[in-house]
Amino acid sequence: MTVDTLRLSAEEANRLVTQGEVSSDELYRAYLDAIGERDPELHAFLYVCENDPGEGIPIAIKDVIGTRGIPTTAGSKILESYVPVYDATVIANCRKRGLRVIGKTNTDEFAMGSSTENSAFGPSHNPWDPTRVPGGSGGGSAAAVSAGLAPWALGSDTGGSIKQPAALCGHVGLRPTYGTVSRYGVVAFASSLDQVGPVARNVRDCAFLYSVISGRDTNDSTTVDVPRVELPTADDLKGLRIGVPKEMNGAEGIESGVTAAVQSALERAESLGASVEECSLPRSVDYGVACYYLIAPAEASANLARYDGVRYGLRDDGADFREMVMRTRDAGFGDEPKRRIMIGAYALSAGYYDAYYGTAQKVRTVIKREHDELFERFDVLVSPTSPTVAFPIGAKIDDPVAMYMNDVLTIPSCMAGLPGMNIPCGLSEGLPVGLQLIGPQFGENTIFRAGHALEQAIGFDVVPERLR
Amino acid sequence: MTTTWEPVIGLEIHVQLKTETKMFCRCRNGFGGEPNSQTCPVCLAFPGALPVPNRRAIEETIKLGLALDCAIAERAVFHRKNYFYPDNPKAYQISQYDEPLCAEGHLDVPTSDGVTRIGITRAHLEEDAAKNVHVAASGRIHGATATLVDFNRCGTPLVEIVTEPDLHDADTAKRFLQLLRQTVVELGLSDAELEHGSMRFDVNVSVRPAGSDELRTRTELKNMNSFNFAAKGIEREIARQIRIYEAGGVVDQETLHFDPAHEESPPMRSKEEAQDYRYFPEPDLVPVEPGAELVERLRGEIGELPGARISRISETLSFYDADVLVTGGLDRLWAAVVAAGADPKDAANVLANQFVATGIDPGAVDAGELAKLVAARTDIPRASFDEALAKVGDPGFRADPYLAERVVADTAELDPIIERIIEANSGQAEQYRSGKHGLLGFFVGQVMKETGGSADPRVVNERVRALLG
Repeated sequence: MTVDTLRLSAEEANRLVTQGEVSSDELYRAYLDAIGERDPELHAFLYVCENDPGEGIPIAIKDVIGTRGIPTTAGSKILESYVPVYDATVIANCRKRGLRVIGKTNTDEFAMGSSTENSAFGPSHNPWDPTRVPGGSGGGSAAAVSAGLAPWALGSDTGGSIKQPAALCGHVGLRPTYGTVSRYGVVAFASSLDQVGPVARNVRDCAFLYSVISGRDTNDSTTVDVPRVELPTADDLKGLRIGVPKEMNGAEGIESGVTAAVQSALERAESLGASVEECSLPRSVDYGVACYYLIAPAEASANLARYDGVRYGLRDDGADFREMVMRTRDAGFGDEPKRRIMIGAYALSAGYYDAYYGTAQKVRTVIKREHDELFERFDVLVSPTSPTVAFPIGAKIDDPVAMYMNDVLTIPSCMAGLPGMNIPCGLSEGLPVGLQLIGPQFGENTIFRAGHALEQAIGFDVVPERLR
Repeated sequence: MTTTWEPVIGLEIHVQLKTETKMFCRCRNGFGGEPNSQTCPVCLAFPGALPVPNRRAIEETIKLGLALDCAIAERAVFHRKNYFYPDNPKAYQISQYDEPLCAEGHLDVPTSDGVTRIGITRAHLEEDAAKNVHVAASGRIHGATATLVDFNRCGTPLVEIVTEPDLHDADTAKRFLQLLRQTVVELGLSDAELEHGSMRFDVNVSVRPAGSDELRTRTELKNMNSFNFAAKGIEREIARQIRIYEAGGVVDQETLHFDPAHEESPPMRSKEEAQDYRYFPEPDLVPVEPGAELVERLRGEIGELPGARISRISETLSFYDADVLVTGGLDRLWAAVVAAGADPKDAANVLANQFVATGIDPGAVDAGELAKLVAARTDIPRASFDEALAKVGDPGFRADPYLAERVVADTAELDPIIERIIEANSGQAEQYRSGKHGLLGFFVGQVMKETGGSADPRVVNERVRALLG
């Protein structure tokens, strides 16, 4: 039997394998063939496994997630030669379920970026239009799932790195509630924000993969016990209260095609029985990005300090320790990590701490409270995921602030530690538009239910038009 | 007019906890071991590794805080302290900053003039660094061509205790350190062995005109690895600063590294570099919130502390003896030996002088047997007493065989024996009396043989001569 990886969901792939219609190896080879055929154009993978052990279906892994014996570069030259000696907890969880790593996917260096153009190994390309970015930082996992190079994938999200690429490539991606998925073994960018999450072709696959990777981990003391995951089945939205924050739907820079697709999805939601009401998150949207770009770089400045050339990774020799560290870090880090390390070190330095990092932490509390108040009245909040559809490669690479503003809609709920999921909701100029569903803390099941019903009603075809 | 100078001394002490495992990972925490044999991704700071705090270490720090009468924080926070150094693999140390576990306590140090209260600013928990080993062809630090790092110590739990600048002389500083060490050892938190570095301390010293409450520029003394050395170092530094001020100079803020091996050589100096550690709350850890129940349970586990015992025992013995017994960890054995019938002063002398030199664990000693030895110590040969004391910690030790070696010096006991020997050797006795005095040794030898060596030779000589006379 030939396998059409472009159309195969993980659920269906799993059924084929467990019922013996296709062997695990045949399925794995089908995806390797797809990679061989389409990845030269897309550059979704930094490393492809020849034959990872396991008896289940394949999974692609963002290259910030540590895999024992399989190179893990985080998209950086400084880790180009690094091969982990241990599996991240999420990988161990996947292996327990028989999942087989098919390869490591491209990412902006240390997950810092919104287009994968900051990867030290070159950008990935959007399967809908290879002249455009797939989003970032998890553009590799997004492009791989979108182009049928893997049935599903793991990503990591600090300020939108799962949700925004899912929007730009037209599939589903969940950033889970902070603390529900272990970060152990995941190359750290900003510890108080980083979360691993599923990248999938539909909401049920996404929910299933979330159930595989989530749960308390004794190796990550910020994790908690997680409510049992319910795979969504219902087609209606009866009783669901949807809040539509006006600042996130009327923000400057949202393309009209994006607004139109989200509006039409909201109308569908109403017709499925949901109530839709406008609400407000005034300070979250105004201050979210500024606040994020103090806290995340501050934490990154410490997290990236361990790359000193002493124990692993790149080493550029120097006359003494100090010179060796400086030369190693200068040669190993690209511009974006350097920029953020400098911003972060500055925000934490004596005399500036209170004004920058301290204030940002206070604002973060305000953002959290603003969200909490809305969830007293609503079950989910809805907005576009990205203000724009996929933009051309090179369009924003020289303007860091324009690039940062890509995340204006995804950042606020990340700062609040809340779960958010992208589902595709239509096309604008032939490119996918993403809809963001934000839930309360541990509200993943509600998001899955809403996302699944909307997905069924919208009927978006996740296969890129040019590949059909 | 001459100024009288008052020294102002503050201490910063690091104590390595002897928990089973390290502070933030499950590696074994122990001295020794092949270099880098006690390591894992967490303490080597591999990408993605995360710290998980050691519950035991937190409890022990709280216990120490309680012993120092500190307030235990309802919410304590770990911070990252950022700096690059090869022995610091994450390039930040997980430590505590403005929300430590224990704060605002004190330790009462008994002195011969009563009790001196020393304020404890804080006691917090952090992780230790690795050990850098500088190597060169010669094997010496000088001219080192490479630095090797042994990460076995990296990430072991360390408690930092900071005092208020409440100390004003070297002797009290030394007593404080000894008392703190004993407290830590008795609480079972640490071996606090200076020679292994499981207790280390830095001393801040300044001087000011007596009666003033200003705080002048201080210098920091590092590398102090014995209490006596610290006391000497403090005295020398006080004298140095006074000389500078009296000559109209100013004291520079600097760190002085004393080399204990070369007591007389001048200190190495390093200018204080205002380093910005960019502290911020460690996002990989949640705040520590010790509940009242836990704190009370730990409080219940603390017995009578050494300081209180010194004061109590000083009522029976001299302050000096009480201090030596308690800080030497000998006072509990002393009390048991006294309870078994030994004279308090004699027992203290034996314990503080001869016993302590044997290195025997006081916990292994049967107090009743030791009491017998103490009582008989002037009656048996010195060599036998020393031999007995050296074995007093052996399992099943009995004093009786040694007590049997009591020296016989009683003439009422010796004379009949000597008379019997003279009678049995009448020929030699005649020769002696006729002037062959060299035979004296023959008779003495016979007596010693007869008494199994327990006779006092001096008395035997005297009596043989008299009875042959």
